[in-house]
Amino acid sequence: MDKNRIDQIIDKHHGEASSLIQVLLEIQSENNWLPKEALERVSKKIQVPLTRIQHIATFYKAFSLVPKGRHGIHICVGTACHVRGATRILDTVKEATGIKPGETDLDMKFSLETVNCLGCCALGPVMEVNGKVHGKMSPVKTAEVLKIYE
Amino acid sequence: MSEILLQIDGKEVKATAGMTLLEAARSAGISIPTLCHHEKLEPFGGCRLCIVEVEERGWTRLVVSCVYPVGKNLIIRTRSEKVDRIRKMIIELLMAHAPDAFELLDLAQEYGANRDRFEKEASFCIHCGLCVRYCAEVKKKNAVGFVDRGIRKEISFIPEIASKECNNCKECFQLCPTSYLQAAFVLTQSLAFP
Repeated sequence: MDKNRIDQIIDKHHGEASSLIQVLLEIQSENNWLPKEALERVSKKIQVPLTRIQHIATFYKAFSLVPKGRHGIHICVGTACHVRGATRILDTVKEATGIKPGETDLDMKFSLETVNCLGCCALGPVMEVNGKVHGKMSPVKTAEVLKIYE
Repeated sequence: MSEILLQIDGKEVKATAGMTLLEAARSAGISIPTLCHHEKLEPFGGCRLCIVEVEERGWTRLVVSCVYPVGKNLIIRTRSEKVDRIRKMIIELLMAHAPDAFELLDLAQEYGANRDRFEKEASFCIHCGLCVRYCAEVKKKNAVGFVDRGIRKEISFIPEIASKECNNCKECFQLCPTSYLQAAFVLTQSLAFP
């Protein structure tokens, strides 16, 4: 991510230390992850020690300190989805993408993550890609959905 | 400065407004065990070992003395059966993390805590935050901080800052109750700036 863009985001929040999380969230959503250089830049510009930024960035699950792919896949493994066969969906995705939960593939295309509930249990098993919910999944449908994303 | 009278372990103690119970007790020569307290640092309330019983208008409750302000006519008991039981439990839980820390071993003996009560999960850090807060508040270098949360919380040095500042300071080393900090520093050093 380029330096000027980071400065722009910081300026948008008037360089205030209290907007640290907002700044981090914006960088995260544009870049998909928080590179160390970005954190150092933020630390210098808004005068918050790097230790504190690191604490916050590791505290919230919304932030990632490792590179993420262009498409984020979330597979629900909560109770309702689990009994409706979430493990089979997960296995299909693992096979299709070649990655395990928490990982990103080499082409930076997909990042896979398991979640405990997406709040729409009636649609189980649920898979979410880039925030779009795909409900009532089957292994065949899952493979179809993954083909949409480039 | 208004003076406040309170009773600690049956002894009349004079304190000034804004003091904590721990400070008032120590000024009167009554000792309360602590792990995360340091005179130069802001109260943290992390280890909960300084828990005491407070009686106010006939009601008794448990408070953490290092962050609780003194008040008029409070009756404090620093060694009741309940307080001792809680302290014993805290020590036993901490010893699952740092079974051989000298400070904990001394406390365990005093409170009759069983070192092996809980299954060992030796992370060695008891999250007292002394190193993190000392580096931030006294030295203002912020070379070491906490990362992650809950059961995965741990201390972590920032290599770029540590390589510049730590070798000629190391003042936090003697603060650590378990010597885990030294180990974490040596590990960072050998990985990042050998």
